[in-house]
Amino acid sequence: MNKLSNDHKDVEFVNVTKRFGPVVAVDNISLSVEQGAFFSFLGPSGCGKTTSLRLIAGFDQPSEGDVHIGGVPVVGIPPHKRPVNMVFQNYALFPHMNVAENIGYGLRQRSPKPTAAEMNKQIDETLELVQMSGYRNRRIWEMSGGQQQRVALARALINRPTVLLLDEPLAALDRKLRRDMQIELQTLQREVGITFILVTHDQEEALSMSDRICIMREGDIVQSGSPRELYDHPVNRYVADFVGKSNFIAGSISGVNGKSITVKSENGREFIGSPSTGAPTLRGGDHASIAIRPELIAISPSNTSAADMNADVAMNGRVKNQIFLGEHTEYLINAEGIGDVLVLSPKHIESESGGFNPGDTVTIGWKNELALALEDS
Amino acid sequence: MVMRFYSIAVYLFLYVPIGIIVLFSFNSGRNASDFRGLSIEWYGKALSNPFVLESLTSSLIIAFSAAFLSSIMGTTAALALQRMRGPMKTMFDGLIYVSIMIPGIVIGIATLVALVTVFDALNPLLAAVWPEGAEPPRLSLGYVSVIAAHTLFTMSLVIVLVRARIAGMDRSLIEASQDLYATPWRTFRQVTLPQIFPAILAGFLLSFTFSFDDFIISFFVAGANTTLPIYVFSSIRRGITPEVNAIGTMVLAVSLTLLISAQLLLRKNDTKKAAKG
Ligand SMILES: Nc1ncnc2c1ncn2[C@@H]1O[C@H](COP(=O)(O)OP(=O)(O)O)[C@@H](O)[C@H]1O
Ligand SMILES: [Mg+2]
Repeated sequence: MNKLSNDHKDVEFVNVTKRFGPVVAVDNISLSVEQGAFFSFLGPSGCGKTTSLRLIAGFDQPSEGDVHIGGVPVVGIPPHKRPVNMVFQNYALFPHMNVAENIGYGLRQRSPKPTAAEMNKQIDETLELVQMSGYRNRRIWEMSGGQQQRVALARALINRPTVLLLDEPLAALDRKLRRDMQIELQTLQREVGITFILVTHDQEEALSMSDRICIMREGDIVQSGSPRELYDHPVNRYVADFVGKSNFIAGSISGVNGKSITVKSENGREFIGSPSTGAPTLRGGDHASIAIRPELIAISPSNTSAADMNADVAMNGRVKNQIFLGEHTEYLINAEGIGDVLVLSPKHIESESGGFNPGDTVTIGWKNELALALEDS
Repeated sequence: MVMRFYSIAVYLFLYVPIGIIVLFSFNSGRNASDFRGLSIEWYGKALSNPFVLESLTSSLIIAFSAAFLSSIMGTTAALALQRMRGPMKTMFDGLIYVSIMIPGIVIGIATLVALVTVFDALNPLLAAVWPEGAEPPRLSLGYVSVIAAHTLFTMSLVIVLVRARIAGMDRSLIEASQDLYATPWRTFRQVTLPQIFPAILAGFLLSFTFSFDDFIISFFVAGANTTLPIYVFSSIRRGITPEVNAIGTMVLAVSLTLLISAQLLLRKNDTKKAAKG
């Protein structure tokens, strides 16, 4: 990697491996995070997200490989000398200090130490940034989880780090607050322009906030890209399953014909899908799944023909469940030959057809070009 | 019903003698077994007795020094033990509990033998290296040996209390401090120490009480020094006076105050943590 391209990378991993005894927490991963990006590590619990973050913060050192922050190699440099700050999952606020003392902690470690007036000014500004003005003298245990969260954010942001690390920052908040904080974090990141690296197991959180997402599994990076890339072009079934909702028909590949791949399902019916951009090439006999997003499936009264639905495949089914979501209606349909299928039907279609109720028989269908044939892994 | 009667009997057995000491310390009569009405005359007598005052001063100096030393040494040991892993840790943990259980008389004899052996070896050496003409110092039993012995047996208390506090401490606080640019020493001073301080203070108070009340170990290693418990012991051989009861009551009051303070310190910490969590 040449020097020039290093300049706009805030964090880089080069073949980084981290072992804890026999456990390989991070397995030979390489990645780079652009300056000013909102980057997320997304994956199930235990896949190595926190470990990756701790390698950046310096709490752990890689067993192999190199970590760079702002183009500078940092392996062996202790946490207190790294230009990054972390928002801990449990906030880790100092209980023997009040809000202002907590937030000013990083400033007080500087040498030369800023003047009291300067520190107070910055503390007030940061409190305002996280909408906590007036909480200066609160004790930590006198605040709600959401308020503690904001103080933890302020305590990190006041130092203007090169990179802000957030380990499942919203996991402890209730649903409503979590949504609000997602929006706020995103706004805040744009406002301060600092690179944010977030760790989460919540795909919705990652999708709604990040510019780039790195999907991990068992210490490996499965795919990284923008939320849209991951949603539209998942490299395999694991990613498609993790990012957004999807229906899968499992089987094996019975034919490959350029942009159209035929998958023979377990009960013998053949479905056609296109390969995903950037995915490894599929060959005949490979285990694969047809993936189709719920919003790409059309729903009609029973025994409508495929042609009438403007679809390539159609099948009958029975509505098992219907959930009204305002803009959309979500149906769970038990379809002939493929089992339960999730269908998301937009409002304008619903008002035309009048909608369906549990127990109704319906026909569902989709166009082959909208389905993806994905490797089963 | 039987159980109830039984437990009442046990409590009476435990507390009636103490109650009698307290009551008789206010006796206006001269005879300890003959109650003649309330007065605080004996407190005045006790506090103006030069022997009492002298032994009280010794006891206070010893208790304070021993508590101070064992707080520092115990805390240091607890911090070091916390980093230790594996079989060595298990062994040290075990040894600490054993040292709390060791009877005072064993510590007394062991310390006496150890100190006397060391003094006997060092004194000729000191005399040999001392410049001609000057009087060489002679190490002997006294303040220092009592303080050393008390530090020894109270240190385990501090270790146990501080270790419990460290174990209950949130490890991410230390990481947060490092993350916020604090050097290891500043992290210790600004985060670890304030977090464990209540336990250290509780350890100090307990050590003080235990040292102040100790008779057995002091008796072995005090040499010519008289601590308050030793004075009480020697004076009751001349008969129990209301003065002794007054001293006993004062010691009881001081000990209870310190013990309760220590307990409150430890409790306060827990409630704070509970409120936070
Ligand atoms: N300090 C440690 N000692 C031993 N194993 C660890 C340690 N930290 C993490 N691991 C292991 O490494 C793997 C990844 O953990 P982690 O990075 O915390 O996952 P995530 O944050 O994605 O849930 C897990 O199997 C975990 O048990
Ligand atoms: Mg984690």
